[in-house]
Amino acid sequence: MLNFLLRRLLSTLPVLVVVAVLVFLMLRLTPGDPAAVLAGDAATTDQIAEIRKTLGLDRSIPEQFVVWAGHLLTGDLGQSYYYKTEVATLIGQRLEPTLSLAALTITIAVLVAVPLGVLAAWRFGSWFDRTLMGFSVLGFSIPVFVLAYILIWLVSLKLGWLPVQGYKRLADGAGPWIHHLLLPSITLSVIYIALIARVTRASVLETLGEDYIRTARAKGLPERLVLVRHALANAAVPIVTVIGIGIALLIGGVVVTESVYAIPGLGRLTVDAVLARDFPTIQGVILLFSVVYVVVNLLVDLSYVFFDPRIRY
Amino acid sequence: MRIGGTVLAVLVVVALLAPWLGTVDPSLFDPASRDLLPGAMGEVTTLDGEYLKHRFLMGSDSFGRDIYRRVIYGTQVSLIVGIATALVALAIGIVFGLLAGFLRWLDGPLMRVMDGLMAIPAILIAIALVAMWRGGVLTVVIAIAIPEIPRVTRLVRSLVLTIREEPYVEAAISLGTPTWKIMGRHILPNTVAPLIVQGTFICAAGILTEAILSFLGVGLPPDVPTWGNVMAEGRAQFTEYPHNIFFPGIFLAVTVLAVNILGDGLRDTLDPKMAKRV
Repeated sequence: MLNFLLRRLLSTLPVLVVVAVLVFLMLRLTPGDPAAVLAGDAATTDQIAEIRKTLGLDRSIPEQFVVWAGHLLTGDLGQSYYYKTEVATLIGQRLEPTLSLAALTITIAVLVAVPLGVLAAWRFGSWFDRTLMGFSVLGFSIPVFVLAYILIWLVSLKLGWLPVQGYKRLADGAGPWIHHLLLPSITLSVIYIALIARVTRASVLETLGEDYIRTARAKGLPERLVLVRHALANAAVPIVTVIGIGIALLIGGVVVTESVYAIPGLGRLTVDAVLARDFPTIQGVILLFSVVYVVVNLLVDLSYVFFDPRIRY
Repeated sequence: MRIGGTVLAVLVVVALLAPWLGTVDPSLFDPASRDLLPGAMGEVTTLDGEYLKHRFLMGSDSFGRDIYRRVIYGTQVSLIVGIATALVALAIGIVFGLLAGFLRWLDGPLMRVMDGLMAIPAILIAIALVAMWRGGVLTVVIAIAIPEIPRVTRLVRSLVLTIREEPYVEAAISLGTPTWKIMGRHILPNTVAPLIVQGTFICAAGILTEAILSFLGVGLPPDVPTWGNVMAEGRAQFTEYPHNIFFPGIFLAVTVLAVNILGDGLRDTLDPKMAKRV
């Protein structure tokens, strides 16, 4: 187990290195001089040269990468051009809304999608199954911001149940927090529900054909237990996997959702940084999101042991 | 699949016939006809200074531009971007995939780069690239296509690895057929079906991503009529004039849905093995 853990951890290293190189190159090979941007319009050539020197921009690209990567390892993501603060600090400030949104979204998605998927597999071919699969294609296709506006219009403007926009910190009370977060989370969870429900259905469908399911039914086990204890439990691995892969979808969705609902999180920071051409911040956020994606999928791999005791590392 | 195909065909016709579908000249607008509700009558000023009576089927935006016209012309942009994205991603992905599948020394490094690329969420790559390059349709297409390349590469590579073990490829190798000829004649034709399916899904993703980029204000310039731009423009007034967002939104959702249904159908017909798995 320990051996596997080490090997699996090591195998993520090349991916992270490649990500770092790509992110670095992506922004360093851009036309435009970061030093000139930082210095502002009124700067003289000498001042710009000075800033270029302090930033290390006068060195060769590989040298710059080594310096930059060295800073990264100490958690130093550089200075934001636009906000004039540490990118790491900036990210720290924006972490809570995004984490809250993501956590609530995943919770809603799993709680809704897994039972729906199990039911669809149980009643395979029925009207319920076909309707659900139809909705799942629809869920994939409806853009998250279009859905966001439909929900705002319906739930907030027409019915007046939930606030249109904004975010309340968890420290200000769980009530207002969830009140503001509910609609964005529901919006974002739709595509996730579509994905998880589909995979749950396919996976449970496969286990339902197994001999042990017939045995369980033959010994008179209630259908509910057959479905949950035997079918779902054995179908868990693909479901957990797709939840991990779906993190990429979720991150993309966060950028759009935060923008529509005016939530001051990392997604919003990304868009603002792009509009301001604030490269260190863009780099930092992309790196963070990619690391999260890689780490989550690492955890998913490790969780297989828990969901399927037959798997031994 | 038929439904998807039909809807798409209609959209293609709409895109081609955009200038004749009761739309006014794209450059015309009238400040006097701002924020009209759908179906309202208003007027537009022609370049000669004449006033024309015009029915704003989907209302007008805060500049007095006809939303119907922008949505109809937006169909052109969306379809072009979607198809071009799919073609670019497929072309580059096929080359990479063939190389990785055939040249063992290149396989490792190339696939590690692809792994790294796949670890960065697609939309972030697109946003960052567009932000750096700025520019027009071509930039946006390439920026959206790049994150899709790893998936195509992986698909082609796995197909190559399977197909190169087939007896007819071994026969060709033993006959001394040059490698490029084996790739082009024997392997590539067998990858067509799965690639068409993949291309359809990339097309849907491309249309969606372009709309998201424009909507966030980092895509095509705001004067280009795209669904994302129309929606971005309508954001500020959403409370009073929700139709600014709903009409382009419906077009976008229906288009993506149609492409996805078409893709699902194509997969089931062209690639029955894959259909069973999903």
